[in-house]
Parts: sequence; structure tokens; C-alpha cells
Amino acid sequence: MEYAPQLYSTALRMTRNAADAEDLVQETMMRGYRSFDTFAEGTNLRAWLYRILTNAFINRYRSKKRRPMETDLADVEDLYLYKRVSTMENAAGSLSAEDQFLDLFTDEEVKSAVEGLPDTFKLPVILADVEGFAYKEIAEMLDIPVGTVMSRLHRGRKAMQKELYEYAKARGLVDNRGDSD
Amino acid sequence: MADCKETLNELEPYIDGELSTDAKEHIHGHLDGCVDCQQAFEFHLELKAAIRRKVNNDELPSGLLMRLESCLKEDFDGDGNVGNPSDR
Repeated sequence: MEYAPQLYSTALRMTRNAADAEDLVQETMMRGYRSFDTFAEGTNLRAWLYRILTNAFINRYRSKKRRPMETDLADVEDLYLYKRVSTMENAAGSLSAEDQFLDLFTDEEVKSAVEGLPDTFKLPVILADVEGFAYKEIAEMLDIPVGTVMSRLHRGRKAMQKELYEYAKARGLVDNRGDSD
Repeated sequence: MADCKETLNELEPYIDGELSTDAKEHIHGHLDGCVDCQQAFEFHLELKAAIRRKVNNDELPSGLLMRLESCLKEDFDGDGNVGNPSDR
């Protein structure tokens, strides 16, 4: 039961809906208990539960709609947010701590930037950035090669950064005069 | 010594803790002498920490906790026993 709050948070990002997230966590816990004899003692229980959660999500929700394609996500320039933020800070004459800028984002904005990603990219981003799993663990959970985890993470992160920058612009946190693209 | 392009290519595996000790040393060798790359690395470490902090804080609904607990009191796997197989 100690993992239930984390599982719920992740389920909420995945489904974007509290009722669906609750069902998903319940299904995960029940499947986990039911198949506990297949859990290898000494391995990572949290990773094992996340694998069940991820599979339950994919089986329940992803099959309902068209499988998202890699091309659903526009290509975003590397270091998207950093390039814009560092220029802005230099222009202001001081290089204030980056975390102060990042703290300007509300929890809701960051959650929404994660949730807005297509599932193909959202899952690796949640599992790496929020849950801190290793590439190898994520590869096993999603049943894809490690190289694919890395490329989806790379593209998903850039898209999320672009979204965060859009929120910052909309709230007037950054000056967008110099934003040419 | 790694150059900026080579170093920035390793940014994500670095912040994700996926590099070997040797590869990390190689990166540190460059970062020690390159303020620009150092700032980029620090920014992305902060960004990852901020995402984790701001995203992983939803409260578990009390109703769900109750549902989970009551499920574990039933013989949900039909084996004639109640609850968690690991408790037996």
C-alpha cells in the first residue's frame, strides 16, 4: 500500500481523469497481489508495480484509439527552454538562478505540460522525469528498446519545454520580443 | 577532451544518471573548463528536479484507499484465502 499514492499520481497523469486513475490503481494493486508469486524476491517492487500499471493503462486506454504515431509530435529544437531562458537572463543583465525561474511555474502548469504529451512520449517522460526510473527499467515496462526510450524521452522533453515556454509567455513571465520562431 | 557538441549530446544520459564512471569523468573534464555547457547542464538538472517536485504531489483520495483496503480483505483470487498471498 505504500506505493499507492505514487501510483495514483502517475495514473492521474496518464488518464487525466480522477475516476479512471482510481480504477487503474485498483486494477494495478489487485493484479499485483494476485500475481505476487511471480515477483522475484530481491528485485525492485516499485518497478514491478509500475510495469503492471503501465501495461494496465496501455491495455485499457490506448487500444481504444488510434495508436499514436511518432509524427504526432512536432520536432522541437534542442535545448529549447534553456536557450530562451539563458538569453533572457543575460539580457536582463544578471544570471539569476535557473531554479528561481523554474519555480515561477505552478504545479498545475507543469502537470498540464506533461499530460498534454501524446501517450507515446508521455509515458517515458513520466517514468524518467517524475518517477526516476532507469532507461533499462522503462524499456522493460514499455517493451521497447533502450534506444527508443532515449529518443522518445528526448522528443517528449523538448515538446514539454516548448509548452512550458508558451505558459511563461502567456503569463508575461518572459519577454517574447526576441522570439523569432 | 570532449568538445561542446559531444558534451551536449550526453546531457540527457548524464542528468538521468545513465553514464559510466569513465564517461562521466570525460564530461566533467569538459564542464570544468566550459561555463556555457556547465550552465546548460545545471539548468537541465534543475528542470528535472522541478518537474519531479511539481508533478508528483497528488493526494490519494481517501475513498480509493478504503476501496483498496476492503479488496484485500476479500478472497479476490478465489483461492479460498483472504487478502495478500505474501502475508501467508
